[in-house]
Amino acid sequence: MTTVAATAHTAHAHHDDRSFIRKYIFSTDHKIIGIQFLFVSLFFLLVGGLLAMQMRWQLAYPGQPMPGGGILPESMAPGGVILPEYYIQLVTMHGTFMVFFAIMPLLVGVYANFLIPLKIGTHDMAFPRINMWSFWSFFAAGLVMLSSLFVPDGAARAGWTMYAPLSARHDFSGASIGQELWSVSIILVGLSSILGSLNYITTIINNRAPGMTWFRLPLSVWSLFITAILGLLALPVLSGAAIMLLFDQVLQTHFFDPAAGGQALLWQHLFWFFGHPEVYILILPAMGMVSDIIANGSRKPIFGYHSMVFAIIGIAFLGWIVWGHHMFMSGMNPTLGSSFMVSTLVIAVPSAVKVFNWMGTMWRGNIRFHVPMLNAVAFVAMFVIGGLSGIYMAATPVDMFIHDTYFIVAHLHYVLFGGSLFALFGAIVYWYPKMFGRMMSERWGKVHFWLTFILYNCVFFPMHILGMGGMMRRLYDPSQYTFLQPYQPMNVFISISAFLLFATQIIFFVNFWWSLKKGKPAPQNPWHDNGLEWSLPSPAPHGNWEKVPTVYRGPYEFSSPQAAEDYLPQYTKLPTDREPARAPVAGH
Amino acid sequence: MTHAAATVDQMLPPYPAERGLDVYNKKLGMWVFLASEVMFFAALIGTYVILRFGATGEWAKPGIVLNIKITAFNTFLLICSSVSMVKAYAAIQDGDPKKMRFWLLMTILGGATFVGIQVYEYIHLIEHGFVPSGVREGSELAELVAKGVLPAATMGLYGSTFFTMTGFHGFHVTCGVISMAYLYFTKALPGKYSKQDYGGIETVGLYWHFVDLVWIILFTIVYLI
Amino acid sequence: MHWWLPLKGSTFAGEVDGLFLAITIITGIAFVLVEVGLIWFVVKYRQRPGQKAFYTHGNTRAEVIWTTIPAVTMVALGLISNHYWVKIKGRHSVPANAYPIAIHAKQFEWQVTYPGADGQLGTSDDFTVRNQLHVPVGRPVVVHLSSEDVIHSFFVPVFRVKQDAVPGMDINAWFQATVPGTYELGCAELCGLGHYRMRAQVVVHTQEDYDAWMKQAAQEASQ
Repeated sequence: MTTVAATAHTAHAHHDDRSFIRKYIFSTDHKIIGIQFLFVSLFFLLVGGLLAMQMRWQLAYPGQPMPGGGILPESMAPGGVILPEYYIQLVTMHGTFMVFFAIMPLLVGVYANFLIPLKIGTHDMAFPRINMWSFWSFFAAGLVMLSSLFVPDGAARAGWTMYAPLSARHDFSGASIGQELWSVSIILVGLSSILGSLNYITTIINNRAPGMTWFRLPLSVWSLFITAILGLLALPVLSGAAIMLLFDQVLQTHFFDPAAGGQALLWQHLFWFFGHPEVYILILPAMGMVSDIIANGSRKPIFGYHSMVFAIIGIAFLGWIVWGHHMFMSGMNPTLGSSFMVSTLVIAVPSAVKVFNWMGTMWRGNIRFHVPMLNAVAFVAMFVIGGLSGIYMAATPVDMFIHDTYFIVAHLHYVLFGGSLFALFGAIVYWYPKMFGRMMSERWGKVHFWLTFILYNCVFFPMHILGMGGMMRRLYDPSQYTFLQPYQPMNVFISISAFLLFATQIIFFVNFWWSLKKGKPAPQNPWHDNGLEWSLPSPAPHGNWEKVPTVYRGPYEFSSPQAAEDYLPQYTKLPTDREPARAPVAGH
Repeated sequence: MTHAAATVDQMLPPYPAERGLDVYNKKLGMWVFLASEVMFFAALIGTYVILRFGATGEWAKPGIVLNIKITAFNTFLLICSSVSMVKAYAAIQDGDPKKMRFWLLMTILGGATFVGIQVYEYIHLIEHGFVPSGVREGSELAELVAKGVLPAATMGLYGSTFFTMTGFHGFHVTCGVISMAYLYFTKALPGKYSKQDYGGIETVGLYWHFVDLVWIILFTIVYLI
Repeated sequence: MHWWLPLKGSTFAGEVDGLFLAITIITGIAFVLVEVGLIWFVVKYRQRPGQKAFYTHGNTRAEVIWTTIPAVTMVALGLISNHYWVKIKGRHSVPANAYPIAIHAKQFEWQVTYPGADGQLGTSDDFTVRNQLHVPVGRPVVVHLSSEDVIHSFFVPVFRVKQDAVPGMDINAWFQATVPGTYELGCAELCGLGHYRMRAQVVVHTQEDYDAWMKQAAQEASQ
């Protein structure tokens, strides 16, 4: 080992004389950056929820003044009565905030940053300063998007999918600078994502601890690695599309304006070429973390670890060739529709494999139902419903009927809320001790879980029925249609459940904030887990380890015959273990 | 740990570590970043191809709006700057920082001149009436459209695609010039590069070659065809 | 309020609904297997003192089985679905004798142009009506869709027909109505603030009633 390498790679874990600003604000520590993403994203989750509550009010009580609606400007909701132009802003911004500023940063910005170096055994990311820029560009993007709610003529309003030419021309949408701010914000979000991916990929390839071979990586890391590759290659396409949209809006270019030779479908192809990998970005990390939690809760190794890895890779790979299933009705060549249908049906298979493997993990386990496990099992149960409903959409003749109806809304919320958000609830509780050195309240975690689970199904399951009835999406006032009027009681039921569901989240937020200072001090390894992060104190210190740990086994050695306890960490050396072969110090 | 890596350009994979790709972090990171850039330019160039070959009506013939001669010289200049970049890299590999500094400076000047010429070209085009939205009313080029020398139906798309593709390429060249200048003044000039430590040169060199490659593609499909 | 799909009002409504039902059965089986399985495991394998988990890393045969069965099912579903897809939306799916109607979507109304007495569009006896789609029962109808401004989507739930109307494109959508009555057409692609009220009335007439209506409507339109 050369002197240069030796000095470069010895951590100074206790030598931390950084200023407050360097430590907590402009920090390059991956853990702090992860926590920054957490706080900001939770705020945007709240924003997204508030926007949805207003939508649900309008759908349940069309034309009625909303309680508290008096604070909204007259141009959007005179006397608290939501106007159509405001409603479609709500629809658009709810989707935008939830996808780009809540779920994606919660899964990737938080957990890729926080977990990767800890779980692969290194001091920090490969490029800590670029990591810091990844957070601050996200923060800037969020500010820009938030500001668009307050500008003259209001926010963007063509749906989070921003179809052109409605989005490109102000004379069609009625918005002005709000639309442009959306484009600018998305470009910044893309930059944040690309800078992050750059770090995650390089770090996982090059900075794994000795003994941490590829097939000893936890599935959370595998999923974050594959997700980073998806993000690296998909976000630039969105950035390109957003740039072209912005130019159409402010420079009078004509990319998406058919009146001047542009193509409306071009936007859809670009957007969905990004958009479909994006939805896998929104689910794969959740699946990975759920795998870690289910193995831990069941006290058993993950069933079919290799299959799980190949399923993640399969989903990611196939995810590039299914984008047209969002466009079956778009006027695209029907033959393309056939090919996209095939690839879409095939992509159901690796997801099914994962569900069976999770069940296999629980089978003959010794299951502890801590709060993360409850949420992880709910993930499997709800994700299955979301995945199965997707099969209806893949079958193009059926999609003809359910496209752009509430059946789609039900599907996407089952995978994003029932899936990703439940996984996040579990993950936040699970890694909270390592982040903050405290435990969240187990009792309130269980109360929150059960209420959320029941109310969430009350909100989203009936939407399948609404969709089957033909209720279209993004509809300000369904009662305009005679055939939709009989469904109004169902809309009321959904809205009331939604208000209660939103109120229930207060329990989670209070538990989260209160426990930061008043939670039970956390032990080093509260869940008796095997990952490398649990070899560190709670919370983990700056620089993580003084000396990087050595890895002797895979991540899921629960109930191993080699150990007296029902867990056997990756970093524990047994008398029978040998040191990993020294990695040669290669040249360039 | 982060502050311990202050030594310039670790060209070794991090150690102790499990074997990765046997490529040091900065270089791997640049390759990964370039993959995202490929996708970005693919989106822009793909859009150009779809709009141009899907357009009903003819596309403007080469050379009427754009000045091929000056741009050909510019292309040659950019290629030369890639050659000088290679020479800088070879020089420091051989342990000759003085020669490396000379060739790096040549690369920076070549890149800056490229950008300068492109800015001049843009000003010239805009003065004659070629703008991102197409052809400006009442301009010289508008007359050519009226005479039928330029096709009215596709000039909007021509402007949109031309300025977006070459504009973003120019932006990337500018970022490259600034990065090289930064490395020149903060690392090369104070003598911080050596035979053992030249990762920054190699990394920025990769970026520079990529930018050059994209230009060769753009020059061909936008100016020549 | 329906708990299932609306009235079957066209020749392919039966096929679409049949496919929907088939998928419900297939996914229903998977749903029951998984959810019941999960509940069973949660109850049966909950932690108990003295109990130890079964230490295993998996079972290759199980992997093969639960990969193959879904794969085969999906392929079969794809073949069946594609058959109907081609029939309804394929390049050569529009019946030769289909009755032509032109629908021009614009913010926020449907401009419906009828071919008039000669049954041909583009002739002098064509006339246009707003937000009223009248069709004869038992005859294939082909709608020539176009858009004035943004993307709209032509959706008649009882016909099970949906097709986006895209500016800059001329797209055909065909159907054959089977049940006389009055129904609704809605816009199924967000098109601006009036999207929610871009509604049209759809009337399916017997052939005689249709001819009578046509005569009257043509007269009204010419005034």
